[in-house]
Amino acid sequence: MYQYDQYDQKLVDERVEQYRDQTKRFLAGDISEEEFLPLRLQNGLYVQRLAPMLRIAVPYGLMSSNQVRKIAHISRKFDKGYVHFTTRQNIQLNWPLLEEVPDILAELATVEMHAIQTSGNCIRNTTTDQFAGVANDEIEDPRPWCEIIRQWSTIHPEFAFLPRKFKIAVCGSEEDRAAFLLHDIGIQLVKNDQGETGFHIYAGGGLGRTPVIASSIREFLPKEHLLTYLDAILRVYNRYGNRDNKYKARIKILVRAWTPAVFAERVEAEWLHIKDGPATLNGHEIERVKGFFTLPDYQTVDSAAVDAEVKALATEHKGFSRWLDRNVTEQKQTGYACVTLSLKPAGVAPGDVTDKQLDIIADLADTFSFGEIRTTHNQNIVLADVIKTELFQLWQQAKAAGLATPNIGTINDMICCPGGDYCSLANAKSIPVAEAIQRKFDDLDYVYDLGDLELNISGCMNACGHHHVGHIGILGVDKKGEEWYQVQLGGSANKNATLGKVLGPSLSRDDVVDSIEKLLDVYVENRLEQESFLKTYQRIGLEKFKERVYAPVS
Amino acid sequence: MPQYLKDGAVVDNSWQQVSADNESLPQGDILVPASQWQEQQNTLASHVGAVGVWIDSHEEIEGFVESIIDLPVIAINFPKFADGRGFSIARLLRERYGYQGEIRAVGQIIRDQLFLMQRCGFNGFVFDADIDLVEASKSLQDFSDAYQVAVDQPEPLFKRRA
Repeated sequence: MYQYDQYDQKLVDERVEQYRDQTKRFLAGDISEEEFLPLRLQNGLYVQRLAPMLRIAVPYGLMSSNQVRKIAHISRKFDKGYVHFTTRQNIQLNWPLLEEVPDILAELATVEMHAIQTSGNCIRNTTTDQFAGVANDEIEDPRPWCEIIRQWSTIHPEFAFLPRKFKIAVCGSEEDRAAFLLHDIGIQLVKNDQGETGFHIYAGGGLGRTPVIASSIREFLPKEHLLTYLDAILRVYNRYGNRDNKYKARIKILVRAWTPAVFAERVEAEWLHIKDGPATLNGHEIERVKGFFTLPDYQTVDSAAVDAEVKALATEHKGFSRWLDRNVTEQKQTGYACVTLSLKPAGVAPGDVTDKQLDIIADLADTFSFGEIRTTHNQNIVLADVIKTELFQLWQQAKAAGLATPNIGTINDMICCPGGDYCSLANAKSIPVAEAIQRKFDDLDYVYDLGDLELNISGCMNACGHHHVGHIGILGVDKKGEEWYQVQLGGSANKNATLGKVLGPSLSRDDVVDSIEKLLDVYVENRLEQESFLKTYQRIGLEKFKERVYAPVS
Repeated sequence: MPQYLKDGAVVDNSWQQVSADNESLPQGDILVPASQWQEQQNTLASHVGAVGVWIDSHEEIEGFVESIIDLPVIAINFPKFADGRGFSIARLLRERYGYQGEIRAVGQIIRDQLFLMQRCGFNGFVFDADIDLVEASKSLQDFSDAYQVAVDQPEPLFKRRA
């Protein structure tokens, strides 16, 4: 993974001192609340319902075991001994003290981490595929490009006060695991006819109140032009994005108002001025950054023998077998696999882990995955490069730590925002709904029979829980001071991204779980062999589901 | 005389900014709205004192930049400090149009923006609040280097890494 040199380290250290001074001046009354707001946001600090919340950047979801141990330490020393993994591959502390945040940032800086631009109206953490570098269907490893973007976007002089937040995702594979079309800029790695790497650039995607799938604005951007082209997009947005109404301020509104074609023209016109300028990437830099994302020393594995051995163990241990089915993914290197550690056991807020679990995750990474950890936008943890001969051992150790719930990709692996329990924006609680669903559908055989099913929950229309793109999406709404839930069906965040459709009138919390059961019944009754929930929905449509849920009680 | 920050030092501010709805011009050095400059260049030529312009953050400078490029001062107004359009305008003036005079940030700016503003080409800072300018000028040195190309550093860090 990328390692800081003296320049990167100095920048992060200076950022800590800058924010320490800003905090001191704020506490002394020299900076007003209004002026301090963007300063603290751009250092990750929200002030939430119960306490401040600090969002720590995990650039493109990659961490070392040492960094994970540092997070565990910070959660013990400055917080309540647990942290939350977010849908943008970052980490949140729920109870830090505003006064202590500079010290937390200083601790982070000792392990090459920071909280720079994790919130606020600026360029946020760039996200990507959790299987980057090892995915079977990869065109090229997206992580070097993410790192190049990270450096370009960090403390960018021109784009620190954008109309609204700005999110970039990079997808390097055939299958999209980064929801990149739901970002302000989505970058798809492609190869042209000459076999040269470049980028297909999309703009104007996003969730929130007005969910939009990004539009293609340039089909092939040669790789050396990445940063100047991004500068051009951001400059057009910075100058012409709506600043009067925060709900119309995302780039998606501008792209739609101008039309994607006109937006693309404006970007091209701006780009012509800066194209081939000094920010044009050179081969030296691209190779330098790529040099940090090398493959580990793989052993030669007798794949047939290992597969037979794993299969034998799976026959013997049903739990291991289920875990292999749901939590283990093949990777492109023979004899190795990716393991997803589930952060979604029933009874725990999705994405939450304790300090002890973090220490165990770090140990597991050292033992099984070359000391590297990946966070996912589904709020789980991935250990890649696990030699298959050690899968059983890893399963046993992960299970003992409560990290091996075999529910990845099932209804119980839901994406869920912190909701009304923590967040001051929320209209409704989301964690208790997630828990009620997990408790209701606790029969593993039934859950497996349902197969792949994405259920996403947001506590308000800001859509942090990605409800628009869940096969089943649940949105918390406020009705005269009461918490209600709107159900949507048919959303999907993959390459053929689709937004869900509203099922009908919103439901009380008590009715949500029963209604989901009815939706699942309709699916089970109507599905064709091997057909997923989403596919069945796409074939039979909304009506049958709607009828069942809203049928008068007889 | 009021003071402001110029090129990192506290100096006297001889310039008076004239609002858009002015009826008569004060004596001495003045900053008039860019629109007024375009309409009244000939009259303003006889003004006793120097003349510069100020631009509001929503204005598209492309339409009139030729007419202001030789003025000694161009001020860019920040109606709100979080309105970041001025950062782009300053870079365009310096990098695209080669403006050599003073670019000053006026309006609701805060000292914590100084480092970024100077990178974008601002070299004058007029605060609307009464603050300790020497203290504020420290923010110009918040960072010793940066990744990106900007007015103060024409080469990106990736070409300068030792």
